[in-house]
Amino acid sequence: MIEKFQEWHENRHEYQKEWKRRTGNKIVGYFCTYIPEEIFYAADILPVRILGSHEPQDVTEPHIFGMFCPFCRDVLAQGLKGKYNYLDGITLAQSCLHLRQAFTSWDLHKNPGWSYFLPMPNHVQSKRAVPFLIEEYKLLIKKVEELAGKKITDDDLRRGIDIMNNVRRVMKEIYEFRKEDSPPITGTEAMYMACAQFFTDAREFLPVAEEVKKELETRKLDRDPGKRIMLVGSENDDIEYIAMIETLGERESVGCTVVIEEHCTTTRYFWDEVDTSIDDPLTAIAERYVSRTPCPSKDWPQRTRLQRILQLAKDFKVDGAIVIQQKFCDPHETDIPFVRKFLEDNGIPTYFLEFDVTVAAGPFAIRTEAFLETLEAEEDLF
Amino acid sequence: MAKYPTEPLKCWPKAKELRNKFYKNFEHAHDTGGVRVMGSAWALDAVPMGLGRDVYWVTGEPYGASCAFDRPFSAECMDAAESYGFSRDLCAYMRNYWGSIILNKYAFGGSFPKADFAYSQHICCSHAKWYQNACELEGGDVPLYAIDVGAGAYPPFEPEMYQHRVKYVADQMLDSIEWMEKITGRTYNDELFFEACWNDIRSTHTWAKVCMLNRAVPAPLDEKSIYSLYVFGTLQKSNGDFADFYEELLEEVEDRVKRGVASVGNEQARVMSDTQPPWGFLKIYRYLETWGVVSIGSLYTFGLEGMWLYDEENNEFKPRPMPTEKAKTREEACMMLADWHLSKPEYQHYYHPEYKTKMMDAIAKNWKVDGIILHYNRGCEGLSVGIAENRLGLLERGNKVMTYEGNMGDEREFDLGAVQMRFDIFLESLGLKKPEE
Ligand code: SF4
Ligand code: SF4
Repeated sequence: MIEKFQEWHENRHEYQKEWKRRTGNKIVGYFCTYIPEEIFYAADILPVRILGSHEPQDVTEPHIFGMFCPFCRDVLAQGLKGKYNYLDGITLAQSCLHLRQAFTSWDLHKNPGWSYFLPMPNHVQSKRAVPFLIEEYKLLIKKVEELAGKKITDDDLRRGIDIMNNVRRVMKEIYEFRKEDSPPITGTEAMYMACAQFFTDAREFLPVAEEVKKELETRKLDRDPGKRIMLVGSENDDIEYIAMIETLGERESVGCTVVIEEHCTTTRYFWDEVDTSIDDPLTAIAERYVSRTPCPSKDWPQRTRLQRILQLAKDFKVDGAIVIQQKFCDPHETDIPFVRKFLEDNGIPTYFLEFDVTVAAGPFAIRTEAFLETLEAEEDLF
Repeated sequence: MAKYPTEPLKCWPKAKELRNKFYKNFEHAHDTGGVRVMGSAWALDAVPMGLGRDVYWVTGEPYGASCAFDRPFSAECMDAAESYGFSRDLCAYMRNYWGSIILNKYAFGGSFPKADFAYSQHICCSHAKWYQNACELEGGDVPLYAIDVGAGAYPPFEPEMYQHRVKYVADQMLDSIEWMEKITGRTYNDELFFEACWNDIRSTHTWAKVCMLNRAVPAPLDEKSIYSLYVFGTLQKSNGDFADFYEELLEEVEDRVKRGVASVGNEQARVMSDTQPPWGFLKIYRYLETWGVVSIGSLYTFGLEGMWLYDEENNEFKPRPMPTEKAKTREEACMMLADWHLSKPEYQHYYHPEYKTKMMDAIAKNWKVDGIILHYNRGCEGLSVGIAENRLGLLERGNKVMTYEGNMGDEREFDLGAVQMRFDIFLESLGLKKPEE
């Protein structure tokens, strides 16, 4: 069953087009995990995240100045190349400026007829953020209703909350298996799962994920897990890189398994559920997005991410952390020296990797191998 | 041969004196028991002024630009920031600023004066993070308050100014007042706040009026002078001396226009720029002058510390009228200031490049511009966002546009010879002749 995730990942466009044909409903592409998918599900619209496809850049040059992150250029390239022509709308919540460019250029040149920018508050540590966001959600709902051609009720919102909470919960349960000494699921597979959830209808994803959870109870992998690695940092959906480092053990003296990530493709995206004990569904959704693990661009005045990262590192018993930063990613660049110092001070060796999703993963894997060797050397001393 | 009379600005010595005093005040604030605040040039700087008349600011952007102007010092700062682990592609002002703290060197001499607290705002990814890190680099005991102004675009770019958006910003200001009272132990004086609030509105309105005068041919001001003048808004727009200075400046520039006094005596063509200039290489503006070209300003110099409204129907760009009455309560003052600032032209492009293109096109048409020079500024993510789309949009609207790559604060990313060559080609395409050596 676990292979289904990879299949969905590889055939995202076919799946989405087929879904549209089958259901007769609309699809909206979103660019950042601060978009409340609950509201789209409430309107029977399928929200799908737009990720890159790790190709060399050739079409975005006239649209995005080269000092912006390769991920956002890769995302825009998908739109400009017409790969998402079947979308009925696009949307972005206020996050980093890089992704905003992908969204606005897409809006200018490939507008599917409906687009919406949600001013998600940056000051999430302020008590003013939730009331503001609730009002913003009301504006968003009006726009979504126009697209859906129907009203969204509180019950619809509660249904949307359940849909999203269910997949969040099952993914977290699957992540529990990664805590085992010999995890029955690799980092590569976990990434396929998280991405597949972006690309599919959560209601169709859920039974498959439940099934996988059952399988994992008895699954044994015929591989040495090697060093337990955590990935921390920018958006990173480069599965090829993870697959490459997780197979180093087959060729080199030290191998590794990615046992946990703190980035917006996985845990920052799905770790936190909507609190269903809150009566008003809009308040509940707003609370969830304001209090979720923040993107560094929203993590101020306190840098709350650090404690979350450390907790994950401890829970998943990591040997070392690879701090990955998408080239030019300002939000992470402002945090990285402090993240590294904090982890090192807490006894977790770190390695910094400046990443570019649009270039081949090989050289990054070689550098990772060198880091793994240092972890091995450290152990040898005692 | 000069076509027009020229003369130096009379208020120049005063401008210099005011600026020096500002930086000295920050340095010596503690000598007399005053308060030092650090924060962004975009911060709502009127709010801390309710703490007393002895509150002194340093703002990161003009400070970073001053470092950049002193290239050897800037190189030291960059090295220090990079050695600390900060990436080379981060905001160049910010790296200059952090570098100064790490080196403990103030660009104006002596050690870097430690602020008592940081008060900033956030719309660019780097704004609040800048001071979060500065506070940490200062030892971790400098508290930070930052106000999120990413509350959406202002009409006409949005159908209306939703009150909850204004209130979100105003409420954060109110919270910050309580916070400041707590961390400084001072009692907040609303009267001082109302005064500072009005000064802010007065200076940003007057600055826009000064820029309006540059529609005249010949232009009374060139952009290099504008850089030395707009800076007061970036230092502290709520400062009464600065607001008064802008009113004096307005009178002087009006007089220049009346008498036909030019900034560039042989003005033959007019260009406008975009984003911050490479501060270590302002001579590029002198180079333009040798061609008889005056750079009349930019959306950046007009709209960073000037308040304007864009009129979509007439493709016009005019100073935003001042409110008719001063605020009488703290809540009113916060709402007024929030609404005033949310209309800042330099906030609008954060939401969509199209908004900036429209405002730039209005400037190009109404200030009679022959060509537009876009600085693809590697030093500032916030103002370069969407710039490639601005280029396409301006071309589409019939403007002549050139671009050059550089960095406002990191000289390693600027190639003077190559940029001048691009200027030559562009200016020739405008029908100008290269001046004889
Ligand atoms: S990787 Fe960084 S810059 Fe790129 S989209 Fe994510 S937060 Fe933004
Ligand atoms: S990148 Fe630009 S807008 Fe952002 S903080 Fe630096 S100077 Fe300001």
